[in-house]
This record gives sequence, structure tokens and C-alpha cells, in this order.
Amino acid sequence: MFKKLALAGALSVMATGAWAECAYENTTPLKSLSAGFEAWKAVTDAMAECGNFQASLDQDFREKQPEAFAAKPALYQIGGVANSTMVPLLNAGTIRPLDDLVAKYGQHLKPNQLIKVDGKTYAIAMMVNLQHLMYREDILNDLGIAVPTTYAEMLDAAAKIKEAGVVEYPIGATFKTGWNLGEEFINNYLGEGGAFFAEGNMPNINNEKGVAALEVMKALTEFMDPEYLVSDSTYVQQQFQQGKIAMANLWASRAAAMNDEAESQVVGKVVMAAAPMGSERPASSLWWDGVVFATNMTDEEAEAAFQVAMEGMDTEMVKANNDAAVWLIDGFNAGPLAKGAYETAQKGTAPYPGSGPMGIMHTVLGNGISDYLNGAKDAATTLADIEAAYITAAKESGLVQ
Amino acid sequence: MNFKTFAAFVGPSVFMMLLFIAFPLASVLKQSFYVTQPIYDTVEVETCSPGFPDQICVTEQKSVPQLDEDGKIVEITTFVGLQSYRNVLELERAWNAVKTDGLMALQSIDFWKALRFTLTFTLITLPLVLGFGLGIALMINNASLAIKGPVIFISLLPFIITPVIGALSINWLFRGDGILTALIEWYLQRDVSMFAQAWTIEVLIMLYRVWHVAPFAAIVFYAGLQTVNSDALESAVIDGASRWQRMKYVVIPHLTPLIIFISMIHLMDAYRVFEEIVGFSSQGYVISLQWLTYDFLVPDQAGNRSISRASASAMLTMIGIAALLVPLLRRTWQDHKGDH
Repeated sequence: MFKKLALAGALSVMATGAWAECAYENTTPLKSLSAGFEAWKAVTDAMAECGNFQASLDQDFREKQPEAFAAKPALYQIGGVANSTMVPLLNAGTIRPLDDLVAKYGQHLKPNQLIKVDGKTYAIAMMVNLQHLMYREDILNDLGIAVPTTYAEMLDAAAKIKEAGVVEYPIGATFKTGWNLGEEFINNYLGEGGAFFAEGNMPNINNEKGVAALEVMKALTEFMDPEYLVSDSTYVQQQFQQGKIAMANLWASRAAAMNDEAESQVVGKVVMAAAPMGSERPASSLWWDGVVFATNMTDEEAEAAFQVAMEGMDTEMVKANNDAAVWLIDGFNAGPLAKGAYETAQKGTAPYPGSGPMGIMHTVLGNGISDYLNGAKDAATTLADIEAAYITAAKESGLVQ
Repeated sequence: MNFKTFAAFVGPSVFMMLLFIAFPLASVLKQSFYVTQPIYDTVEVETCSPGFPDQICVTEQKSVPQLDEDGKIVEITTFVGLQSYRNVLELERAWNAVKTDGLMALQSIDFWKALRFTLTFTLITLPLVLGFGLGIALMINNASLAIKGPVIFISLLPFIITPVIGALSINWLFRGDGILTALIEWYLQRDVSMFAQAWTIEVLIMLYRVWHVAPFAAIVFYAGLQTVNSDALESAVIDGASRWQRMKYVVIPHLTPLIIFISMIHLMDAYRVFEEIVGFSSQGYVISLQWLTYDFLVPDQAGNRSISRASASAMLTMIGIAALLVPLLRRTWQDHKGDH
């Protein structure tokens, strides 16, 4: 009998995860809509322990959120957003200021977690994510190469690795046409200290900094698998895991996968370092992920939703999922996997400048840069065409007169 | 049948066609002449986000849309005439490009790049689909009764597979060191990257479409083959006609209406090529008109989408299909008149 009870106890702990149960019982029905990666799964699972909570983890969340939050009452009380996906909700006024709720239930939150717009808190951040250097320590040590800190050093290292014939393609990168490729340019352009817009939301990328950013990207492609235009984060992660590449600027959230015994052949060999420096800042951009709360719900619902979210984003959850993300929440033990993210951030990485015009800029960059990389256009023409495409789209959406 | 009965039978389907085809079409046509946008105010906003060690606060000029009393974004719709069409076609830029650098320069402008591929794709796959379709149909027709069922089933399989799934599977077979790429590499004894230049991707896309659609053509032709006049065939044999001559002078003329039918269906389908672009993630090298429309329509992360340009692009696609169908329709019309 005792054995059976113990077994049942063990099973119930397993079923609800390794962390403790929710501290109270939630009685208000609540729903959330967020992206579907590992960290969100961990957080929403922890929220669900309070009861009456249903999470939608959806990769197309950004297409659904604006409409769902504009409904009266809102279809979801809690939303998961990042720098850029908060913009449409904020613009439409469908997410509420949280200062009262933070004062009442969020005293433990760190100042870094409070996303403020004009002094009012609109979102509670739980983690950061950015692209930083990951490299094969064994390969670099064998060849006596120092850890690259700039793109020039990274290219040198790549040339040596290629010459030594250790791997065929020393560099991997998330150059997939579309969002990924746009993000790579944005990282490099921010690294060069560039500003994307001039007065009146006019584009401002066709300049020396823009050309420099493009040239770095092209130089890198010399050392990449020629199919780089279809290479997304998962593909680069697999290239690492299968020992096909030696260096890449990859998302911090992918770091844990390098040591996943089930998938990786290079367990313990991939080390995290800061992103290469541009002329002014690291060639990276700092992203945060966090929760927002709908305007269109009662204050009681808002209180319940906020409390549940705080339970989901607590220290126990972080302890149980330490390596799933670079958490901002108290209790995070920044191990070697988070080293790259921290070092990159400390060197003064700029936050991703999410805004309405930036959304358009990101899209036109992502669509336009491949013409330069595959040699159809030179750098100046590419940037001029991208600016023209931006202006057409921005005029249509009313951002440029 | 009197008019009342006729109307009662046809009424519901006319109503459905108006509701689900004519009305959306009219709405898209209207949207292509209008632009709807929020009214933006420029305000100075301070945004604070996580940083290490301290929060990073940035003060910037931002465009913020005006809200009405209900908290909804105020939007105004203005008539812009053909502006959205001009934005899609970029005629002036296209003309300048052609003048200075010749026809190839059109490749640098999205619409013309997409049109070039869409037309090539449509016109190259058409004869292949007809040829392979007829080949498979003849094969089924000549197969002995015992294996006819399985042969029909196997040759129909590609048509049953969902296009996106099919395209993705082929993509994975060739991507990186996929099984088939590895096989080609082994055979040619050299490194092959199927997704590193436009023409290999285009060939893959076309092969995939032919593989996918030929069974449809085959099954239609097979049905047609059942009605070939056997007397005519026997007389041809007695007159000493070879297999090829029988095919050319008896079977193919008999199948002509079906060939036109399949050509029309295929032109309409192929001109709207889309799944392959997504399935092969070929946007960096190859885009199609339908993909362009989709790309205008997808919101970016900040929620902007180009509905007017998407509408214009959709209308242009329709015009393109209509233009392609004209020769075939004319021929059917002439045949139709000849019958009477």
C-alpha cells in the first residue's frame, strides 16, 4: 500500500513538472496566446498549474493577436510578445498599462523586466534572446586560433579552418531569405552604428554603413554552404550538431541544443562567446520576450491574469528550466551556455528597434538582400532598391507622406 | 422545362456563385483602386527595455495612430485610381532598366521577375504534363486486366498527395546532403548544391509539378481512350498503319477536346503556382505572381500589410490567366460553331 502511494505521488510530481504546485487556486477562466518555443511552453505550463487556464502556443500568433485583442471582450487575457510584436497591440491600445498591478502583485519583479513606454509599464519581460558567436572550441584550439572578436578575425579563422580541411564550410549563418536575412543585415547595420530612418520615417540605409554591412555578409558567404539562402536557425543548429560547421552567430535560445545528447555529435565542444564587434557595437540586436494583458477585460480578470502570469514566471519555473532561455527572472543561474548572450549584451548591444516603419523595413530587407548576395545587383543598387520598396510600402500604410 | 422550374433549379447555385465568387471578386477589384490607412501623429516616445547591467531607454520620434472614442484606430480610405497597379508593375523603372541594360534587367524588379518565372513554368510544364499524361494513360490502357487496378492506383498516388507536403518532401530529398543529392554527387563525383542557384530550383519545381499533375491528365486521357472507335483502329491496322501512325491519325484527333480541356485546366493552375515556392523556400532565387500577392498580404511583425497592392496583383494574375486562355477558348468556340 505504502509503495503504491509513493508511486502515485511520484507520478503526480512528474505529471505537473518538477517544480512546486501553484500557490493558490485560480477561479477566473483565463487564456493566453503566444509563440510556441520552449520557454513559452515552460512558462505556460507553470501558469496552467493554477487551474482554469488554457494556453495557445502558436507560431502564427502575431497574425492572430491584433484581432483577438481588439475584440470586446478580448479573446485572450494574456499575450506573449517580443520587441516588434508588441507594436501593433500598443498602437491599437489593446494592451493595458500595468503599474497598479505591478505595485500590488509584482514587487519582486526586477526593474529590467518592466518594459516601459513613456513611463508606463506595458509588458513584463521574462527572457532575452540575441544572436552571438558559437564556435567549436576543439577546432580552434587544434589550429591555435584565438576566439574571433570581429568579423575580420572570424573570416581569418574561417580561412585557416578551411585550409586545414577540418570542415568543408567553416561558417554557418541564418541567411534564409525573408525575416532571417533581414535580421542579419539589421544586426550588422546596428553594429556599424547605423540609424534606419531619417525625418518623417524616410529610409536611411543607402550609405557607407549599409554597404559595409552588406559586404561583411557577402564575405561570410564565401565560407558557407552554398545553399545559405534556405538556411534558418534550425538548419544552422543541425549543421553544428552534425559537426559540419565551426562557427556561427546563432540565437542564444539554440545554445542548449548543442549539448543535447540525443541530437548532437558535438556535446561539450561548442562554446559561447560575444557576437563579433562592428565599428561601434556588437553585430547583434537584443530581443526580449514577455507578457502583455488585454485592455478589453474586467479589472478583476486583469488581476487574476496578472497573478497567474506571475506564478508562471516565478523562480521555481526558472530553476526547473534553467537552460531553456536566458531568463531575466530571479533565480536564473547563468551557466556557460548563457555566457555568449551576457557578454554580447554587456558590450552595448542595441535593442531591436521595433516600430511600425521597422516592420516594413525588416520585410523589404529580407526580400531584397538576396539579389546582392547572388550577384544580381551591386551593393548601392540593392540598397537603393530596398529603400524604394520601403517607400512604396510605407506610403501605402500611411507612414510616409 | 418552363422558366419557373429552371429558375428554381439554377437559383441556389447562381446565388452561391454570386456570394462566393462574384462578390469577393468585385470587392478585390474595388480594393485595388482604394488605399485604407490610419492617420498617424508623430510623438516623442521613451521606450525602456532590458539591458545589461541596466535598462536601456531610448527616446525617439514615433508614428502613433490616432484612436477614436471607442479606442479603435481611425482609418481613412482614399481613391487612388491605378496607383496600386503602378506600384506593382513599376513600369517606369522597368522601362528604364530595359533601355539601359536590356531585357535581363527586368529580373531585378519583383513583378517582372515573377512574371518571367510564372510564364516559363506554365509553358514548359504544359507539354510535359500532356505528354506524360498520355504516356501513362496508354500504359494503363495496355496493362493486362489483372494488374490494371494496382497500376491505376500507383499512377494516381502523386496527385493525391497534398501539394505543400509533396513539395516539402522533395525539398528534403535534395536539401543539403539529402538522399537524392548524395546520389547525384556519387554519380557525378562532384559536389552538388541544388538550392544554391536559380536554374536547379526551377528545374526541381517544374519536375515536381509534372510529377504531381500528370496523373490527372492520365486519368482523363484513359477515359478518352475507352471511347476510341475500334473499327477505325482495325481498319487502320488492315491498311498497314504503324503504331505511331494509328496514334497520330486516329487516337490523338479523337482526344483533341480532352487535350484542350486539360490544357485549359493546367494553364489556370500553373499560372497560380505558389505551393512550390513555399515548399522549396525558393524566394531568394525564384518567385511567382501568386507568391507576390501572398507576400503583400502577409502582415509584418509590426502588423503592416499591403492590401491594395495585393488586390492589384491578384487582379493582374486574373488578367494574365484570361490572356493565356484566349487562344484555347477561341479554338473551342470555332469547333463549337463548326459542329452546327
